[in-house]
Amino acid sequence: MALTETPMQAEKAQTIYEKSKAGRRAAALPAAEVPEKPLAELIPENLLRAEPPRLPEIAEPEIVRHYNRLSRRNFDLDSGFYPLGSCTMKHNPRLNERVAALPGHARLHPAQDARRAQGALELMWLLQESLSEICGLPHVSLQPSAGSHGELAGLLLTRAYHADRGEVRTKVLAPDTSHGTNPASVTMAGYEVVKVATDEVGGVEMADLRAKLAENEGEVACLMLTNPNTLGVFDENIAEIASLIHEAGGTLYYDGANLNAVMGKSRPGDMGFDIVHVNLHKSFSQPHGGGGPGAGPIAVSDRIEPFLPRPQVVRLEGSNGHGPNFDLDFERPKSIGRLRGFQGNFGVFVRSYAYILSLGGDGLTEASETAVLNANYLKARLAEGRAGDRLPIAFDRHCMHEFVLSGKPMKRDLGLATLDLAKRLLDYGFHPPTVYFPLLVDEALMVEPTETEAKESLDAFAEAIEKILAEAETDPELARNAPYTTPVRRLDEVKATRQPVVRQQFD
Amino acid sequence: MTRYTSATPDDRREMLDAIGVSSVDELFEQIPEPLRLGRPLALPDGMGEAEVYERLAALAERNADAEEQVSFLGAGMYDHYVPAIVDAITSRSEFLTPYTPYQPEISQGGLQVMFEFQTAMSELTALPVSSAGLYEGPSSVASAGYLAMGATKRRKFVVSRGVHPHSRETLRTYSVGYGAEVVEVGLEGGLTDAAALAEAVDGETAAVFLQTPNFLGAVEDVEALGAAAKEHGALLIVACDPMTLGILKPPGECGADIALGEGQPLGNRLDFGGPSFGFFCATEAQIRRMPGRIAGETEDVDGRRGFVLALQTREQHIRREKATNNICTAQALNALGAMVHLAWLGREGFREIGELLVQRTAYARERLAGVSGVELLHEAPVAREFAVRLEAPVEKVLDRVAERGIAAGYPLGREYPEYKDGLLVAITERRTKAQIDELAEALGAAVAAEREGVTA
Repeated sequence: MALTETPMQAEKAQTIYEKSKAGRRAAALPAAEVPEKPLAELIPENLLRAEPPRLPEIAEPEIVRHYNRLSRRNFDLDSGFYPLGSCTMKHNPRLNERVAALPGHARLHPAQDARRAQGALELMWLLQESLSEICGLPHVSLQPSAGSHGELAGLLLTRAYHADRGEVRTKVLAPDTSHGTNPASVTMAGYEVVKVATDEVGGVEMADLRAKLAENEGEVACLMLTNPNTLGVFDENIAEIASLIHEAGGTLYYDGANLNAVMGKSRPGDMGFDIVHVNLHKSFSQPHGGGGPGAGPIAVSDRIEPFLPRPQVVRLEGSNGHGPNFDLDFERPKSIGRLRGFQGNFGVFVRSYAYILSLGGDGLTEASETAVLNANYLKARLAEGRAGDRLPIAFDRHCMHEFVLSGKPMKRDLGLATLDLAKRLLDYGFHPPTVYFPLLVDEALMVEPTETEAKESLDAFAEAIEKILAEAETDPELARNAPYTTPVRRLDEVKATRQPVVRQQFD
Repeated sequence: MTRYTSATPDDRREMLDAIGVSSVDELFEQIPEPLRLGRPLALPDGMGEAEVYERLAALAERNADAEEQVSFLGAGMYDHYVPAIVDAITSRSEFLTPYTPYQPEISQGGLQVMFEFQTAMSELTALPVSSAGLYEGPSSVASAGYLAMGATKRRKFVVSRGVHPHSRETLRTYSVGYGAEVVEVGLEGGLTDAAALAEAVDGETAAVFLQTPNFLGAVEDVEALGAAAKEHGALLIVACDPMTLGILKPPGECGADIALGEGQPLGNRLDFGGPSFGFFCATEAQIRRMPGRIAGETEDVDGRRGFVLALQTREQHIRREKATNNICTAQALNALGAMVHLAWLGREGFREIGELLVQRTAYARERLAGVSGVELLHEAPVAREFAVRLEAPVEKVLDRVAERGIAAGYPLGREYPEYKDGLLVAITERRTKAQIDELAEALGAAVAAEREGVTA
């Protein structure tokens, strides 16, 4: 492939600090208006700053150009297909942005008296009720800021639940295929992880589960699972798993990363889970923002409810002819306490509630159905032709909302690693699937198309894979050195970790 | 209601044929029958876009926001003016809709923003290493405790009562999991009691937590207080308000090992409390224990400058149970808002806004102190927020003042039983002299009316 530099590649990356020039500025601030005093009369000299921080000096037009230019160096969901497994990259409706920006939401102070924030509290209560119905569990706390925060909350709730019963339990079971946040949260919550093996369809290996429960009798606090599992397969043994865990005295935790497969079809609460976290930035359309913000509300069963974080939004029946009103309940004596400041990521709640209202119960169910249809269709397309030979499905059966392919034959026959395929996809204008996860599949590619992709996009993606595999038969180097057309080519990640340069150096 | 999907009945038929099933229901047969919901969700049916807008606008209408009230509420989140370019840039699809930058070749924009943001926060705090962004302030405080335990192999935290009550409570919540003990040190004259602090810190102490300005608005002498931590080998962790760092001596010059805090004042709207971001800066010694994403500079195969996620071996997706933290967000969009706001303020503007806050706060404090029935809760120096005592029940006074369209401040009694008569008043560049004068007049009138037993 001819290496002609693209215009964007030719444009050398320059930081905003490098564009700074003394004396330039953008901000127009109001005058103080009040009688001014020397600073040192107001604050002791030794507590004052001597040199101002070296922020850029730059005028507004150049700030706008700088960040617009940077924005063009990003791939984004509004520009193309993003089949990232386990990430649920579905469309982000712009209506949600509009309603979140209403001053009554955006400029509402979090310490506003509850009586003067009734609309916000009602919205939170309505979202709680909606998530409760979707999850099949009676109580919801919106407080956790992200999925991993929800996991930590769930484990602290588990600890409080056992402590309340006078029990100390030290171990948490998690499948070897679980998301990395699961074991990381377990450690932060002061538990030890015990890995449970996975069977050939990605489900919990029942014999190993029984063995681990027996080995750790009386010590197991919780089992953390996602269902459908990380291979996109619904664990048919879930009812039995739930009863084994409950008999052993543990709680069952549901990582809601894969909830988009089952909305309106099956509910974690009905499967026997005690605690569920929901990623509002996955199933409920909050934009990912290039790495946040999101939110990770939790839904729990009756036995966990007394321990929920405080404050909790409550609905109080009106008296003397008044309608119901809403309040923040701080009087929760068994609560684990706060997990963060104020009430949670309210702006995310507004967007997700707008999404739930837009789709309704019927639309949410149809979203999950279409997500599963799209995933199975793309799986079928990729079972044909070269992909079928070089990238076999890890477990050949109907999938839910995502599926996992193995790049092992591609690597063996063509010398192409999964990473090479992923990087070559960039040249074709696609975001690659999740790669090298789950760990139990060699050279894994995890594909989740979501319901918001049209059939044409799925076809185009399958065709791109086919072309890349065809290219590799004659010229494997092409993919090995990809990408060619992106703003930069493959980057040296090892250097960035061995000799970290993590901020601008000033002369 | 079908929304945001493209599959027509014909598409569905073709797709089902390609899969080799006759209906979508067949695909769901892997769910055991007793676990299928078997009924519609008990939620209303979907609505049209205009209806959804009206429904949410009606809810928003029932909140008293800072557009309709003159707000002196602060307590960690502030009604600053967010420049228009922040909204323009953060609403661009290319920043709003990508995932975390796991594919750096197509994420250079976001990664470079992280690098620029890290630089800005590092400059503000005068500490060399910055994380790309954590959830928000209080959970960043709790994460600092986890880092300190790892660094010192100790399990005791000494925390000033001047640290935000939400931060202290969050640290306590997390500490149950960490197996750590939290000891609080009281305030004297609005400032952390130095003698009590020195008493509380010992060889078991992993970290000392201070906040400046503290929750009562008082500027702490971090360097002097921090000596106790240094003496016993504990980390000094300082929560700070980024908007004051153009004026106040930065934590890195006061001996802090970690400086962190709530990022909302920088380019983020109030949003009833979130989303915002937490910033987290530290000394070089802590770089491999840091929580959260960190962008680093590197080169591509042709030698072009580029940026990647650096030091990923600290993180959950690589290290699993041995990760330094479980966090996987960077609050990237919120951090972008902060970066754009800081670029807009610039080196001069950032100092000017800090000074503006100090001058107006001094004026407001003097003005309120001259009102009958209002006195200062403490005399310590302040930067952008101060505390007064009212000679009438605070909540009732607040209700009276609210009738005039003013949110007078934060009732300290909500979190501090020892300051039941306390009111915390915050100033931003949006609060004009005329509004401050009106607040003084309204507070005076409300306190007088309460004392005279006038019916509201």
